[in-house]
Amino acid sequence: MSTTASIIHVSELTKIFKVPEREPGLRAAAKSLIRRKTRDVHAVEGISFDIEPGEVVGFLGPNGAGKTTTLKMLSGLLYPTSGEARVLGHIPSRREKDYLRRMTMVMGNRNQLQWDLPALDSFELNRAIYRLRRADYVAMRDELVELLDVGDLVRKPVRNLSLGERMKVEIVGSLLHRPLVLFLDEPTIGLDVTMQKRIRTFVADYNERHGATVLLTSHYMADVEALCKRVIVIHHGRILFDGDLSSLGNEFAAYKTIGVVLEDGDARLDDYGEIVDRDGDRITLRVPKADTSRVAARLLSDHEVLDLTIEEPPIEDVIEMVFAQSR
Amino acid sequence: MSSQATPLPEEGRLRSLVDFYGTMMRTSVVSQLQYRVAQYFYMLGMVAEPVIYLVVWTTIARQHGGAVNGITVGQFAAYYIVWTLVRNMNIVFGAPFWEWRIREGRLAGDLLRPLNILHYDLAFFAGWKFVVVALWIPIAVGLSAVFHPDLHPSALEIVVFVAAIWGAYFVRSMFQATIGMLNFWTTRGAAVFDLYMATEMLLSGRLVPLKLMPGWVQTLADFLPFKWTFGFPIESLVGSLSTRSLLLGLGAQVMWTVIGYVLFTFAWRAAIKRFSAVGA
Repeated sequence: MSTTASIIHVSELTKIFKVPEREPGLRAAAKSLIRRKTRDVHAVEGISFDIEPGEVVGFLGPNGAGKTTTLKMLSGLLYPTSGEARVLGHIPSRREKDYLRRMTMVMGNRNQLQWDLPALDSFELNRAIYRLRRADYVAMRDELVELLDVGDLVRKPVRNLSLGERMKVEIVGSLLHRPLVLFLDEPTIGLDVTMQKRIRTFVADYNERHGATVLLTSHYMADVEALCKRVIVIHHGRILFDGDLSSLGNEFAAYKTIGVVLEDGDARLDDYGEIVDRDGDRITLRVPKADTSRVAARLLSDHEVLDLTIEEPPIEDVIEMVFAQSR
Repeated sequence: MSSQATPLPEEGRLRSLVDFYGTMMRTSVVSQLQYRVAQYFYMLGMVAEPVIYLVVWTTIARQHGGAVNGITVGQFAAYYIVWTLVRNMNIVFGAPFWEWRIREGRLAGDLLRPLNILHYDLAFFAGWKFVVVALWIPIAVGLSAVFHPDLHPSALEIVVFVAAIWGAYFVRSMFQATIGMLNFWTTRGAAVFDLYMATEMLLSGRLVPLKLMPGWVQTLADFLPFKWTFGFPIESLVGSLSTRSLLLGLGAQVMWTVIGYVLFTFAWRAAIKRFSAVGA
């Protein structure tokens, strides 16, 4: 999928960490003084992808899959062991100021604002760091404050804000310089459902308004479904899938679900597939993907059917299947 | 998508840097004012060190007929009261705190910003000075009322002193930052930091005025950075240094700042490569 228009180009990118290790006990400790044993951990192994300007891409994988390591290589925090990464035409590991001024990385569990001061003071500091003209800064700040509805929060000391409130003002601070590329690492982690939704809406609005390119990692599939047409699934440092979110199910899901409401609510349906849910008159069956049409036809011919729907399995289940197939 | 992404225009480099220093210093002042009482207790605790030195040397001077090696009781008082200001001025982002910066993930955040990391620390602690100096004034008045310093500086000495306390700040910042790079290789750098601080105590004029040290120690101190962060700024106000010595002292501070910066830059490049190799 490599094209010259790519804003993010990754080719055979690899990161190997050397991790010291030794057995427990005094003898092993003494031995390690003479000869230190290390083990190579292959966090990312030869991944390649391209992202076009304005795309919002979900980067999915279980803990330790290599998502954050990849994001850190793309933002310049980590040197790759081998391979190539280019973002906005820059090699991230060089950490050129022109590059850093055009990107941002938001880490859901990190706080970069001045803890004891209102967020407005930190915003002002970011204005100076990113060399923004005052008029541009004020316009951008006000736009972000309005989009995230944090007008009442930015005057309170950051230490007095809740986790969700802090995340919102953190995002405002990270975007004041209007970055062209956003690396969002678990931006909704630990937030309640309402707050997650607000941040999702905001990311979509920001992408729409400014044409920014977004690479997002999240364990909440709702984030991914709401924001990303395309997903990259990574596991054990390797890419397992790169494509439309909608085609992920077709490729990896081994089954579909059939929801059915019958005239005869007591009819036995065990022969048609695995019953996974019974909600009032509605019964949900799990059937092998290849048998879906046949089972649906049998249901229609054998019973008085009031309603019947065929659905892809929930995306969480599909992702689990992807990981399960890669083990 | 409604618009193609375009970056915001930027201000000029130098103007932005001045703007950053002004903004960061203001931020630092506001931040320190949040904890005024804690700051004052910290200052009082810090004053204990020179007061102990002062009481000891005053007692010794009195037992020796009012002076030790030509330094009178009043000159000891002047030395250690000025010491308290110099000490406040040369407090910098200390070497051991780099470990905190790495461990808490602050460094990763700082690395994502388009500014040399030294600027953050220099600007933040420069702002902090304005708060501590304001808090120091009543303490200095109190100490003067008790110990009666013999202090009669000329206009030139005052001007050089003002420059020298900032020079001391820059020299100490560079060397503490350079030593701080050790944290990228070990989490047990405390032994090295302690050795560095002990050497500084002896060779800077912090523990004892250098005039009371053996000649070879004084010569050694001339060729190391420590003296220019304590002894020289104090002597520039309370001593009777010639104009040439005053100007040479300022020149030495500039030289050690440049040497410290070069050392830091080399150490930083290696450190950041290591940081980026092992994880952020």
